[in-house]
Amino acid sequence: MQKFSVLDGVVMPLDRANVDTDAIIPKQFLKSIKRSGFGPNLFDEWRYLDHGEPGMDNSMRLLNPDFVLNQPRYQGAQILLARENFGCGSSREHAPWALEDYGFRAIIAPSYADIFFNNCFKNGLLPIRLDAEKVDALFKAVEANVGYKLKIDLKQQTISASDGTVYKFDVETFRKHCLLNGLDDIGLTLQHVSEIKAYEAKHRAAQPWLFT
Amino acid sequence: MNAQTLYDKLWNAHVVRQEADGTALIYIDRHLVHEVTSPQAFEGLKLAGRKLWRTASILAVADHNVPTTGRAQGIADPIARLQVETLDNNCVEFGVNEFKMSDMRQGIVHVIGPEQGATLPGMTVVCGDSHTSTHGAFAALAFGIGTSEVEHVMATQCLLMKKSRAMQVVVEGALGKGVTAKDIALAVIGKIGTAGGTGYAIEFSGSAIRALSMEGRMTLCNMAIEAGARAGMIAADETTINYLKGRPFAPQGELWDKAVAYWDTLHSDAGAQFDKMIKLDAAQIKPQVTWGTSPEMVVAVDGRVPDPATMSDVVKREGAERALHYMGLVANTPITEINIDKVFIGSCTNARIEDLRAAAAVARGKHVAANVKLAMVVPGSGLVKQQAEREGLDKIFVAAGFEWRDPGCSMCLAMNDDRLAFGERCASTSNRNFEGRQGPGGRTHLVSPEMAAAAAIAGHFVDVSKT
Repeated sequence: MQKFSVLDGVVMPLDRANVDTDAIIPKQFLKSIKRSGFGPNLFDEWRYLDHGEPGMDNSMRLLNPDFVLNQPRYQGAQILLARENFGCGSSREHAPWALEDYGFRAIIAPSYADIFFNNCFKNGLLPIRLDAEKVDALFKAVEANVGYKLKIDLKQQTISASDGTVYKFDVETFRKHCLLNGLDDIGLTLQHVSEIKAYEAKHRAAQPWLFT
Repeated sequence: MNAQTLYDKLWNAHVVRQEADGTALIYIDRHLVHEVTSPQAFEGLKLAGRKLWRTASILAVADHNVPTTGRAQGIADPIARLQVETLDNNCVEFGVNEFKMSDMRQGIVHVIGPEQGATLPGMTVVCGDSHTSTHGAFAALAFGIGTSEVEHVMATQCLLMKKSRAMQVVVEGALGKGVTAKDIALAVIGKIGTAGGTGYAIEFSGSAIRALSMEGRMTLCNMAIEAGARAGMIAADETTINYLKGRPFAPQGELWDKAVAYWDTLHSDAGAQFDKMIKLDAAQIKPQVTWGTSPEMVVAVDGRVPDPATMSDVVKREGAERALHYMGLVANTPITEINIDKVFIGSCTNARIEDLRAAAAVARGKHVAANVKLAMVVPGSGLVKQQAEREGLDKIFVAAGFEWRDPGCSMCLAMNDDRLAFGERCASTSNRNFEGRQGPGGRTHLVSPEMAAAAAIAGHFVDVSKT
């Protein structure tokens, strides 16, 4: 997994609540058996004027000029600013894969759906929870300043704006550790093989019907 | 010992170890696998040279991409076909038990798990699918996971996670005529919102819940995720145990008795503390219909499409305006005056035998309205289909003008060829009314099977509690 330490990036605002994972990456692209290549179809139904299918040459498709992702001022954005309950719906990890493949490395929103939130951490993508009022202030700041950037420092757990405003954010210790060091969860868990085996033996003795 | 919630009991029984910050390693008893979220996990195992920790814990089935007609000809879409073949090949390579597309037991993963007795009380059940919450109906701790976690469970039989908070949703009293578990689910979501359960595990309790069949309980727990809760659950009781007895994967003989003795303890203790409690009066719940593009955008069938102008919260108002525009609806329109183009009866929410019986009872001797272009019934599994045919339900549906299909996820998410055309309006027994969910530009109204069948017959929504 890609490490995350400090990110200084352009912010793109997506001003709607309850953005679901079907919107982030529509179902037709889930037929892929790969983990990469979802970026060109991120927000496909909002981003293009025509209907997208796997295998199409996306560079030939008609872009929706009204959608933020297509606006020149947000090109190269690495930080997505969103509203509450971002990533609700399906458990598809294709959603963080698409965000990451497009180039986003962090999301700032008042709240996230649990499964999506969890999936982000497995892919080097940092989802930050910030109070709704602070998020609202950031939406206004992004709107007012072309090329608006924020600096996210995971170690310090801070978001810094160029005007000197600094927001502190919370992140679970274990997730932070894994993200800072780019650690693979499976490798970490396999350090505890003997404990898993001991648990399993005890569990089997207590509920043998689970092991038939 | 302190009084424990059902969630406490299930959690505590599965903790392998715990980090200082509360992150725990949780043991997983049952892993259900389907074609869409598993190929990258199997690939990850192969690349790292890792093996499955406990092959027998896995049951695999293809459901999202499978066609619901002409199955003997295979899958026409080459990309979908490759995905199903990849699952088949991975299952052979790793020795995983898979119900193949031609198997009578094939079906939607959340229908076949319980049907086979592969879901048992006290288990931790995971699947790379958010509707895994369904299995909590059996007093199991069941939740959806992403593909990285699918790989993690395959390799270690465990997951790293923090305990959620506990919410109790109490529904007391008797449901009125034509009111179902689906309506309870939608009423709860309407009350707490699609993020109301975020960070919580929900236990549903109360006399109205105890009175539900296992099918109804599964419908309710299935929709817990639409309220934002990864897990929904219901205490084990006689209904649970009677449902499981004799199922292929369920224990037998002495082990069965031993299991039942344990399952009898799987309920919240008197006085157990929840972080949040919601109460609903069953008698007040009416048949529900969603009007927007989020399951929380829901009203009773005798209501009207809400007027965004009356909403004080800006984000909510803009969301409602956008939803009405997408749905092609005008504020204040009575729900019963909304005409529909298609009807979908199916999905992991409502494709079990009881759902089909309820829909057939409404459709019997009647015919689908002229303005309805397609009304389809997609059973949840081959065995549900077989049972329905044994009861003659297929004949009732076909005589009424419904199409009788083969099992799969079908038009719940429209990954196969079953989908809405742009602008088409559908009465659907599925679980999500997101933009484009049932096809690009398609408009979904979530309802119960009774309501969907009644809408098919009338050509518009009708109040089944008044018919």
